[in-house]
Amino acid sequence: MSTKVEKDQVSGTDTTGHEWDGIKELNTPLPSWWVYVFWITVIWSVGYWVVYPSWPTANDYLKGMFGTTNRTELHETMASVAAERAPYMERLAALDVSEIANDSELLNFSMAGGKAVFADNCAPCHGTGGSGNPGFPSLQDDAWLWGGTLDAINQTLHVGVRWDANEDTRFNDMPAFGRDELLERDQIEDVVQYVLSFTDRATDAAAADRGAVVFEENCASCHGDDAKGVQDLGAPNLTDAIWLYGGSKETITETVMNSRRGVMPAWEGRLDEETIKMLTVYVHSLGGGQ
Amino acid sequence: MLLKKHHIVEKNVFFLILGIFLTIIIGGIVEIVPLFTMEQTIEKVEGVRPYSPLEQAGRNIYLREGCYNCHSQQIRPFRDEVERYGHYSLAAESMYDHPFQWGSKRTGPDLARVGGKYSNAWHVAHLIDPRAVVPESIMPGYPFLAERKLNFDDAQAHLETLKMVGVPYTDEMIEAAKADLYLQASEDAAYDDDFLARYPNAATGDFDGNPAELTEMDALVAYLQVLGRMVDFTTYNPQMNLR
Repeated sequence: MSTKVEKDQVSGTDTTGHEWDGIKELNTPLPSWWVYVFWITVIWSVGYWVVYPSWPTANDYLKGMFGTTNRTELHETMASVAAERAPYMERLAALDVSEIANDSELLNFSMAGGKAVFADNCAPCHGTGGSGNPGFPSLQDDAWLWGGTLDAINQTLHVGVRWDANEDTRFNDMPAFGRDELLERDQIEDVVQYVLSFTDRATDAAAADRGAVVFEENCASCHGDDAKGVQDLGAPNLTDAIWLYGGSKETITETVMNSRRGVMPAWEGRLDEETIKMLTVYVHSLGGGQ
Repeated sequence: MLLKKHHIVEKNVFFLILGIFLTIIIGGIVEIVPLFTMEQTIEKVEGVRPYSPLEQAGRNIYLREGCYNCHSQQIRPFRDEVERYGHYSLAAESMYDHPFQWGSKRTGPDLARVGGKYSNAWHVAHLIDPRAVVPESIMPGYPFLAERKLNFDDAQAHLETLKMVGVPYTDEMIEAAKADLYLQASEDAAYDDDFLARYPNAATGDFDGNPAELTEMDALVAYLQVLGRMVDFTTYNPQMNLR
C-alpha cells in the first residue's frame, strides 16, 4: 500500500496516502466549527470542575463551589414535597381514621394517596383492584377475617397477620387435624361433609350428621356454634360461598388435614402513620368496608 | 506542533499500545484508587452483616438464574424511587456482596428493599407462577426451584473464600456453616440465640411450605427476605452521609 501523500488537484486537499486499485482517499480536515466546539467543551469542563464535585484527592474530593450532592438535593426535594403535603398530613395525623370521611378534601387526598401506596405494596398479593388471590383475601367482598371496620383494617395494617417480628400481630393457629393425628381419617371426611352441607353440597347426609358432632367438639370453639366465624379470633365464616383457599371438597379436606397459616407483613415502621391511615380509607372503600 | 505529529503514534503499534496503557493507568488511578483511600466511600452504619449460609446459597441461585438481568438492587436518591421503594440504598448495604447486584436494567421492580415486604407464601407462589398472583406480570416462572434439593455442601468453602476477599466471617460462622444452612430453615432457628447473634435479622423457619426438605426455593426466599433489612433506618441519620 502506498503511503505517498499527494495534493489532490480538484479539491486542493492532501490525500491520506492510501490507495486501492487506483482509488485514493482524501484527508479532508474536520470542519473548523467542529474543532472550535470541541475546544470550547474542553474549556467548559474546567468550569465544571470548579462548580461541581470533581477530582479526587488523597482521601477526599473537590466539593465544588456549592458543595452539591445528590443526597442533599434529594433531602431538599423531599422537604418541599413534605411542605406541600403538610396541611393534609397534619390533619391526617390529628384525626382518627373514622373521622377522615367527614372532611371531603382530606378524603380525596387519602383515596389518591392510598391508591398509589396500595398499588406498590398490597396489589402483588391482594390483586390490583383488591380482588384477592388463592390464599390472599379479596378486599372487595364483605367477608373479613379480622374485621372490616376502619379501626380493624387500620389495626391489621399496623401489626400484620402471623408476622412474628411484630409483638401485637394478629395471630391464630388452626390445628392440623390430620397431620398431627388429632382426628381420624373418617372423622375428617365426616366433618368436611358437614361443612359442605352449609352450602347444600354434602354428598353423604349420614356423614354430615356425624360430622356435626366432630365440628361441635373440635371446630366450634373458634368458628362458632353456627360456623359463621368469629372475627376476634380471625376464624372465617364457613357458611358462605367465600373461600380463601378454595371451597371444593378436596381443598377443604386439605385445610382440615394440614391447617393454613397465611401471613401478612406488618406495615408499621415500613409505612408511616399517615400513609397507613390513607391506605385504611382506600381499602375500606374497595367494596367491603363495614 | 505536537498535534500535527499524532500520525506517528497512530501508525506505530508499539507507541499506540504504550499510549493506550498510559491512558488506562491514568484513568484507573484517578477513578478507582480514590475509592479505596477515601474514608467516606462506604458509610459507617450499624447492622450490615455477612449473609448467612442459606442466604448466600439463595444469592448464588439469584445469580445463576440471572435475576439481575431484570431486577436492580439499588434505590437511587430520587423522589420517585424513594417514594416507591423506601430509603435510597447505601454503599454499606452492599459492601459484602461479591459481586454487587446493583444492576442497570429494570424490567421488573427494584429488589433492594423487598425483604419483609411480602410473605414467604407469596414469594413461593409468585416464583412458581408469577401470573398466579400478579396477572400483569411478564416474569418467567421458576417452578423447578421448589423441586430441586439445595446443593450447598461446600457452604464452608464458600464462606472461607468470601472471607479471603474481605467479608468478615468469623471462625465460628465458618465452622457452623453447614449446620446453620439447615438450622435457618427450621422452626428452631427463631429460638437459637447463637444463630441469631451470628446473623441478626435473618428470616427463619420453613420458607417453601415443605418443611421436610431443604430446596433451592428455601434458599432464594431466605435471601429475598433479608434484602434491605439489615440497616435500621428509624435510627439512621442521613445527615452523617451526605454526598
